[in-house]
Amino acid sequence: MGIFQRFARIPLKSTYIWSLCRQYSTDLTAVDRALIQHRCVHNRGLGASPGNPGAAPPRLPFSRVTQEDLAFFRTLLPGRTITDPDLLKSSNVDWLKTVEGNSEVLLRPKTTEEVSQILRYCNERNLAVCPQGGNTGLVGGSVPVFDEIILSTSLMKQVITFDNISGILTCQAGCVLENLSNYLEERDFIMPLDLGAKGSCHIGGNVSTNAGGLRLLRYGSLRGTVLGLEVVLADGRILNCLATLRKDNTGYDLKQLFIGSEGTLGVITAVSILCPRKPKAVNVAFLGCSSFQQLLETFQCCRGMLGEILSAFEFLDASCMSLLEKHLKLTNPITESPFYIVIETAGSNATHDEEKLHKFLEEVMTSSLVTDGTVATEATKIKALWSLRERVTEALTHEGYTYKYDISLPVEKIYDLVQDMRGHLGDMAKNVVGYGHVGDGNLHLNITSPSKDPALLAAIEPYVYEWTSKWKGSISAEHGLGLKKRNYIYYSKPSEAVALMGSIKAMLDPKGILNPYKTLPDNIH
Amino acid sequence: MLPLRFRRVTMSARVLVGVKRVIDYAVKIRVKPDRTGVVTDGVKHSMNPFCEIAVEEAVKLKEKKLVKEVVAVSCGPQQVQETIRTALAMGADRGIHVEVSGKDYETLGPLQVSKIFAALAKKEQADLIILGKQAIDDDCNQTGQMTAALLDWPQGTFASEVTLEADKLKVVREIDGGLETIKIKLPAVVTADLRLNTPRYATLPNIMKAKKKKIVNVKPADLGVDVSSRLEVLKVDEPPQRQSGVKVETVHDLVEKLKEAGRI
Repeated sequence: MGIFQRFARIPLKSTYIWSLCRQYSTDLTAVDRALIQHRCVHNRGLGASPGNPGAAPPRLPFSRVTQEDLAFFRTLLPGRTITDPDLLKSSNVDWLKTVEGNSEVLLRPKTTEEVSQILRYCNERNLAVCPQGGNTGLVGGSVPVFDEIILSTSLMKQVITFDNISGILTCQAGCVLENLSNYLEERDFIMPLDLGAKGSCHIGGNVSTNAGGLRLLRYGSLRGTVLGLEVVLADGRILNCLATLRKDNTGYDLKQLFIGSEGTLGVITAVSILCPRKPKAVNVAFLGCSSFQQLLETFQCCRGMLGEILSAFEFLDASCMSLLEKHLKLTNPITESPFYIVIETAGSNATHDEEKLHKFLEEVMTSSLVTDGTVATEATKIKALWSLRERVTEALTHEGYTYKYDISLPVEKIYDLVQDMRGHLGDMAKNVVGYGHVGDGNLHLNITSPSKDPALLAAIEPYVYEWTSKWKGSISAEHGLGLKKRNYIYYSKPSEAVALMGSIKAMLDPKGILNPYKTLPDNIH
Repeated sequence: MLPLRFRRVTMSARVLVGVKRVIDYAVKIRVKPDRTGVVTDGVKHSMNPFCEIAVEEAVKLKEKKLVKEVVAVSCGPQQVQETIRTALAMGADRGIHVEVSGKDYETLGPLQVSKIFAALAKKEQADLIILGKQAIDDDCNQTGQMTAALLDWPQGTFASEVTLEADKLKVVREIDGGLETIKIKLPAVVTADLRLNTPRYATLPNIMKAKKKKIVNVKPADLGVDVSSRLEVLKVDEPPQRQSGVKVETVHDLVEKLKEAGRI
C-alpha cells in the first residue's frame, strides 16, 4: 500500500537517532536498552519511525507558556487555572496509563465565551491546546503530547433545554453521559448512545470521537442523532450551528466535519441531540454458542425473529470470560462455551417483547444454535448480565499491558482475525481475546502481556493492519486515531482523501494549535 | 431400625417456599400524588431478593436429595404467576397461586400471609417452610415468625447456613453480636438472610421445562383465611430531601459559613 514511501519523508535526524539506538542496543544491559527504548518511543521527540509509528513526532515550534500567559488565564478564569503539578498529573495521563504529556496548565472554562477568549488568545500567541473531556479515550488523543495547554470541559455541564415532545436535548459539551442518561430517564427518554465509560465520558468528547457504543445497532451513530453543534474555532470564532431541527437542508452540513474530528478542527462547546423514548420493556439474554459460525446464524435468526425490538447484539469469547472470572470475580451464569452473546431487546410492550424473545430462544435452543443461556427482565439482573460484557476492558487492565485494536471487518471474518493472531503470536502473547459489537461488524481485539514488550508489538503491527486492509476493513472502527494510530490512516483511507483532510485542517486551523500530533498522519504537516 | 419419623423427613420431605412479587430493587420508587402509597402501575416488578435466596436453598436441598419436593407459593393477583414461574425455572417442582386481588391485595400484610402459609403447610403436609427474612417493599420481617407461631413450629430466622442433621435442622443465624448456631426440630420455619447462598440464574433449558410445571390456583377462603386487614395506612411520604452541600474555597470561608449556620 505504499506506506513506507511516506515514511521516507520523516526528518533524517530522527531516523538517524533511531538507528543509532538500534546499533548500540546489543552492547547495553537490559535496563539501558529499556531506557533508550522508552526515550525513543515515548513522547521525547525522537520521532515516529517505521518501527514505531505510534510514537510522538518531534515537538512543533509552538510558543511556551509564560508568566504573562498565566496572568491572562488567571484573570479570565479565576480559580479555574490549574498549575499545581499534582492536580495536573491525572489530566496528563490517559485512562490506559500508556501515554503521558507534560502540560503545565489546565484550564476549566464554564461558558462558550470563555472558550472563545482562550482560543483567540492561544491562536495569537501560537500556544498549542489539547481539548479534554472525560479523558477516557483509548488512542492517546485526549492528553497532551508535550506541553499543550489542557482545555477541560469538566465545568461546562449544564443542560440547556429539553423538549419532551420532540425528544431533543441541548446541553453543554462537558455533561457526563451517565448524568444525561439519568436526567433523561426521569423524563421517560434515553440517550441514543451507551458505552462502558458512561460514568466519566463527556458528551462533547463522545461527539468529537463519533463514539459508537452498545446501542448503535438500534439507534444509529452520532452522525444521525446529533442535530446541531456549537463549536469554537481555532481563532476563537464561535460557530453556532446549534439547530434543534430534525430536518434542515440549507447549505453544507458543517457539523459533520466536527463530529469525529477528535478536537483537531474546533472545540465543541454545546450539542443538540435527538433522544429516543425510554423503552418500557427491556430484556437481556445471555447465550452460549459452540462456534462462531453458529453465533452468526444466531444473529441472522435474531434479526429475523426479534426484528425491530433488537437493541444490542454483543459477543465475547471464552478467554474474556476467564479474565472476568479471574480478575473481577464475576460468575459465568451459564455453562462454559467458546462464545457468549449478549442480546438486548427494547420495546414499548412487555408482553409482546417477551413473547417474541421466548419464541426466538426456543427456536435457537431446539435447533442447537445455542447451547445454553439465561434471560433477565429485572433491572438488577440486566445490569449483572451487561457487566459481563461491559467490564471486559477493565478486566484486561489487570493483565499487565494491553495492546488494543478496534477493527471493523465483514462480519464473517471477525473471529478469523483473532484466531490468526493467536497462531501468529504463539507464546509471545499472554492472552489474545476478542469481543465487541459483532452486530455492527466491530471487533475489539486485545493482546495482553505482563509488561510492555516491543518484540510483541513488532509482531502485532503492522501485521494486524495489513490483515485488516486486505479485507477492506477499518483499522479504527470507533476509537478514532488519536496519537497512537494517526500514521495508520493510509491502511483504511486513500491518499487523496487524507490530503483533502489536510487541506481542511489547514483552512480551519492554520497555525495547527488544536490538538496537534493527533488524528492526521505526521507527513501531512 | 430408623424411627418412622426420621424416615418420613429424609425421604419424602416437602418444602414450601414463599415468593413475593415486589417492585424491582433497582427501580426508583415514586410516591403516588395522593400519598396513599407508591406508584406500582407500569413499574418493573421482580421476585424479592430474599425469596430468591429461599428458593435457591430449597432447590439445593432437593439436589442433595435431602428433600423430595419443592413447592413455590405466592399470594396476589394474576401477575404473581410470573414470580412463581421464575421459582419453577430455578428448580421448584410445582406452584401454588393464592389469589388475592384489588383492595384485599393492597392491604395484604404479614398476618394474613402467615395464616395462609400455616393453612397450606397443614394442607400440603409440609415439613419445612423457607421464606425470605423480609420483603424489600415493606421491610416487615414478620411473616416467618408469625407463621411459626401459628403452627407452633420452631423457627430459624436470619439463616446464613442451614444443615439438615437427621430430623433436626442446624441453623447459623446472623445476629447483632455475630453468629448464633441453633438446632431446631422439624417441621420448622426458616427465613433466609443475604449470605445463605447466591441464587442461580435460571437457564434456558430450565425455563423451557418450567413452562410445563403446574401452578394450582387457590382462594384464601378455601383455606379458611380471612384476608381483611386490621391496619389502615394513613399516609405515605418521601423521605426529606437531602440538602445539597456547599463547597468553600478557603478555610476562612469555612469558618464564616459555620458561624452563619450557628454551628460555632
